[in-house]
Order: sequence, then C-alpha cells, then structure tokens
Amino acid sequence: MSASQPEVLVIEPGIADRHYWQDLWRFRELFYVLAWRDIAVRYKQTIIGVAWALIRPFLTMIVFTIVFGRLAKLPTEGAVPYALMVFAGLLPWQFFSTALSESSASLIGNANLISKVYFPRLIVPTAAVVVSFVDFLISFVILIALLAWYRFLPGWHIVTLPLFVLMAFLASLGPGLWITALNVKYRDFRYVIPFIVQFGLYVSPVGFSSSVVPEEWRLLYSLNPVVGVIDGFRWAILGRQSTLYLPGFLLSCGVIVFFLWLGIRQFRGMEKTFADLV
Amino acid sequence: MSADIAISVENLGKSYFVGHQSSREERYTALRDVIARNVKSLARKTRDMFSGRPIVQGDEVEEFWALKGVSFEVRRGDVVGVIGRNGAGKSTLLKVLSRITEPTAGRIRIRGRVASLLEVGTGFHPELTGRENIFLNGAILGMTRAEIRTKFDEIVAFAEVERFLDTPVKRYSSGMYVRLAFAVAAHLEPEILVVDEVLAVGDSEFQKKCLGKMKDVAGHGRTVLFVSHNLAAVRALCRTSLLLSAGRLAASGESGAVIASYADQQDGSASFSRSPLSIERPHVIAASVVDITEGQQSAQRLLKVRVTAHSSRPMSVEISALVRDNAGAPIGFAPVGSLMKRSPAQLSEGSTTFLMTLDVSSLALGQYSLTMQIGRPLGEMFDSCPDCLSFDLGSEHFSEVMSPFRQDWHVGSVLFASTIERVQ
Repeated sequence: MSASQPEVLVIEPGIADRHYWQDLWRFRELFYVLAWRDIAVRYKQTIIGVAWALIRPFLTMIVFTIVFGRLAKLPTEGAVPYALMVFAGLLPWQFFSTALSESSASLIGNANLISKVYFPRLIVPTAAVVVSFVDFLISFVILIALLAWYRFLPGWHIVTLPLFVLMAFLASLGPGLWITALNVKYRDFRYVIPFIVQFGLYVSPVGFSSSVVPEEWRLLYSLNPVVGVIDGFRWAILGRQSTLYLPGFLLSCGVIVFFLWLGIRQFRGMEKTFADLV
Repeated sequence: MSADIAISVENLGKSYFVGHQSSREERYTALRDVIARNVKSLARKTRDMFSGRPIVQGDEVEEFWALKGVSFEVRRGDVVGVIGRNGAGKSTLLKVLSRITEPTAGRIRIRGRVASLLEVGTGFHPELTGRENIFLNGAILGMTRAEIRTKFDEIVAFAEVERFLDTPVKRYSSGMYVRLAFAVAAHLEPEILVVDEVLAVGDSEFQKKCLGKMKDVAGHGRTVLFVSHNLAAVRALCRTSLLLSAGRLAASGESGAVIASYADQQDGSASFSRSPLSIERPHVIAASVVDITEGQQSAQRLLKVRVTAHSSRPMSVEISALVRDNAGAPIGFAPVGSLMKRSPAQLSEGSTTFLMTLDVSSLALGQYSLTMQIGRPLGEMFDSCPDCLSFDLGSEHFSEVMSPFRQDWHVGSVLFASTIERVQ
C-alpha cells in the first residue's frame, strides 16, 4: 500500500469548508476550461464572428458622439476629440455591462453542471467575467485605431490602465456574484439585470464627461461605482487633458469593495444549496 | 477512522421541503377565487423571500427525508453496489457523498479524492467538436489537461469515433455521443469513484464493453460505489452491497444476500390496487395473480392474472404483461389484444376487468415479477405499473415427469422445448 495517507475529508451540515480557497486553486484548470468553452462557443455559427465585438462599440460610439457631442453640445475633456472621449468611457462600460449580465446568468446557465458535479461554484461566475474580458480586449483595437486617427499620444498615465481594468473587473464581479446567487433561489433577479444595464448606461458618464455633473453633486454621483472606473479609464488614456476627481474616485473604490464583500458573502452562504435549488 | 476505511458514514440524513396543493381546495372556478389565491400566494412568497426561504410551489409545505439515519463503512478497494427502488434515496446518497449537496444531519468522512459520475456527458457542449468535448468533460470530471492528453488516444479508441473527432457533437448520433461520454468517464482515475446508473446506455455490445471497463477499474484496487438497477451487473461487479428503502438502510453485506432481500422486499405483492386517477388516459387500477393451474395438455402450466383498468371513454386497447426474473432481467412479454382484428380488450367507460392467461410452462422454478401495461394496440403506452405483481413458481406446480428446472442454477429462466435426433 502507498505510504502517504491521503487527507480525511469531513462532510457535516453547516460546517464551512476549511479547504475552500485551496480547492479553488486546485480546480483552476476547470476555470480555464469553462472560460475557454464560452469563448469558443461565443461566435460559433455566425458569419462575421469576432467582428461583432468591434461593430457594437463602434456604432454606439458614433451615435453617442452625434447625440451628446453635436446635438446636445456637451463639452469634452480638455481638447480631446469627443469621439475619443466617448470611446474611453464606452470601453469599460461595455466590459462592465456584459460581465455583469454574463456572470449573473451564469449559475442558471450551468445548472446541469451544478447538479451533477462538485467544484467550488465561485468558478462559474468568475469564468463568465473572463469571457467578456476577451471582447474588451478585441474592442481595444478600435481605441488604438482612434488614437492613431486623431494622432493622439497617451502620456505616462497609460501604464496605470491595467489597474483600472482590474477595478472594472471587480466592480462587475461583486454585484454579479450577489445577483447570480440570489437568482438561483428567486428568478426575479433575471429580470432586474437587463434593466440595470439599460438604466446604468444613462446614469454613468458614458456619452458625456463626468465634469458636466455640478460640483456639489459630484460626490453623490460617485456612489455609482462605474463612475470611478470610467473616470479612471479617461484619466489613464487621455492623460493630462482629463482630471481625476479624487474624493469621488475613492468613494467609488469603497463602493466596489463593499459590493465585492457582499457578493462573496452571499455567494458562500448559499453555495451549498445551489444543487438543490437550481 | 482506521486507515483502511475509505468512506465512513454516520447517521446521515438529507431533507427537502416539498409543497402540495391542499386537497380541500376547490377547483379554479370563478375569477374571484383565482385572484384571491394568487394574492395569498404572493404574500407567502414575499414572506419566504424576506426570511430567506426558497420558494416552494403549492400551499402546504412538508419536510421530506430523502435519507435518514444511514450509517455504513466502505473499506479501501471495495466495490460496493447500492440498490433499491426508484426514490429510495440512492442518487441523493451519491450526491451527498460527492459534495454536490450538503447533508442535513450526520457526518461523512472520506479518505482520498472522490470523482463522481452521476450522468454521462455532463457539460458536453453541442457546439464543440468531439476533441474539444473530451478536454471539457475531462476537466469537469476532475482530470488535468496533461492527464487527458496522455489518455486521449485511448479514449478515442474506446469510443470508436476517430473519424468524427472534429465534428461538433450536435451532429453525432445519440449512440456516438453516449460512447464518447462514457469513454471519457471510464478513463478517470480517482481514489474513490461514485457511479450512478450509467451503464444503461448504448447498445448491448457497448454495454458489455462498459461492464468490462468497470470490472477493470474495480480490479485496480480503487474504491467504487456503484448504483444500478441492473442486479446482474451488481452481482457481477460488487462483493458487497447496500440496500436502501425509503431513505433508510434496509440491508448491507454480501451482495447475494442483499439482492435476495431486495427481491423479498418486492415480493408479497400478489395483488395491487390504487384508486382511479383523474387522468383521461386508461390506466390500471387493480391487478392480482389468481392462480397457477395445470392446463389441458400434460406439463402445461397456466398463470391467471386479473386486471382492472379504468378509462374515461370506451376504447380498444392492448394489455400486456412483462415478466422479469428475480435478477430483474426481462424474460418475456405477453401483449394481449393487439394482433387480432377485433380486439377482445375493449374498455367501457369506467372500470373494466379482464382475466389474462399466460402459458408459463417453459419457465424455471423461482420468483418472477410482472409489469402490467396498457397501451394503444401496437402503439403508444398509456400506463405501466413496474413490477407491481409477483408470483412464485414452486415445485408443487410441477408434479409431472419432467424434472424441474430451477432459476437458481443460473443458466437462465426459460426451458426450451427441444428435441434431438441422431443423424448418421
């Protein structure tokens, strides 16, 4: 017999798994594979395939530039072309909104897996967020093209961009986890998400600069975590032309951390009942 | 926990909340009733949500124990069968053991890595190719990519799908699909394997191959928990077995004895009855074994079964009896009323009783069960009562010259009438 004794696993009602985070690491291959599956399937049996990830943000940018820039004549940030300013905000918004909708639908969408195999369930919504990250990277191509078109060279701030990408990732993961867990029990939340996403497009500074918001409302406005993310993106890409409103930014960060904590707590609390409810 | 115990289960329980529509309730008649009921149900659901309870359909909630007070131990390297009727708690036990769902009471200790196989092809994605699905399914079952890569050729050869590796599996025939799915699962190498009724797929040739593979796995000193309704497979694979009945452990120990007590459990049902259902399709409401008598020819034995069927309108049906032996293997089928022009099996509105006669002269001595079915002649099945009756063919029924042929000789259950003559 083998000399090394495998560890004893104890299963009892209501006892939190001591090895949860360790298990999460052990199942990382499953995480890659699930993300890869969703990416591989995303544009199967479409004609233009990945181009969809380019067309949607591009057209949205044109419409927003015309509506907000030309018709409503809202100011841009510094001397930056309006289209560029819109796109620098659209990029994180699209990432946030697709990540939020994908992750909040993920548990229901993988019901067959959840009721038949054990793995740390946290993998499912996280892998779903990664999928939208791929779309995000693809639409980055447009940003580069725009920068070249307007002969705009970003400053040193650009190196901080990954930090804001991480922020967008966490901003969508927190509410995503919270809603996907609740969605398993109460399917009402499935109808909430499209509404939040549609609504959020107008209450977040996507088509306009957040500097048009009156100074006394600025802090309150930053309770919307996406405000911090978008401002961060604009600051990193557009450089000195854009100013980062620091108190608001820190508030947004705080809100993100709060939702992340809430989401993980809710998710972990309900995780063991998913298979019975889904 | 001593070192050679792989799984130890103490006093395990798992309960679910199930809802009922209360019986005293009137039918939906007036719009007023419908509105009142919906308002009540909305109020209850809202209350449930704020107290964090799941939504249960129906207006009476009852706690149902799918498993209760189950304790047993499995030694390392043992292959243990789990048997029991539908709804006895077998699948729930496996789900709790593989950590898919949490127990409500009790404690389980497991030494070693568990892989569970509760369904073939879990997570297969129809849009992906066979090759991609092997990696996907393998990862879902807990294999690493390196592991899958080393076994890839073996899996493909086992599944016999070489030519279609790069075809999306949605274009596969159902047989190919199942073969590929089982092939991946069969190459899992965990310390403890938990398997639910997965051999019942594919054609008989492939089933044989799967059974062989399972024997292989068992032979390699791995601990296996194997749920099946195929008692012959359990007998062949497992030295010991557990019998579950209504969520409790009814018997455990050497497989032969446990299977025998399972057969006993199903026994004692020479008659079966239930109240007419409010469904429109014809259904069996009573059946009983009348007796086994001698026929007019010598050594002819006739089994008489009385069947009462209920129908909402007059119609012509096929009534059939499926005979299984004590190992659960189907050995014969008696459809009545289907092949004649004017079927004698005419149901009137309400209940109709028939007396069926089956010639059982060629059956071996032993226990049999009968599944009574009603269907459209040569067509769709309306109702089936699985193993609702049983009868015991004893030696008293064979007082004649012929030497009695017994089921427990394990050479089958049918004695063929045969002759032999010598040719030069």
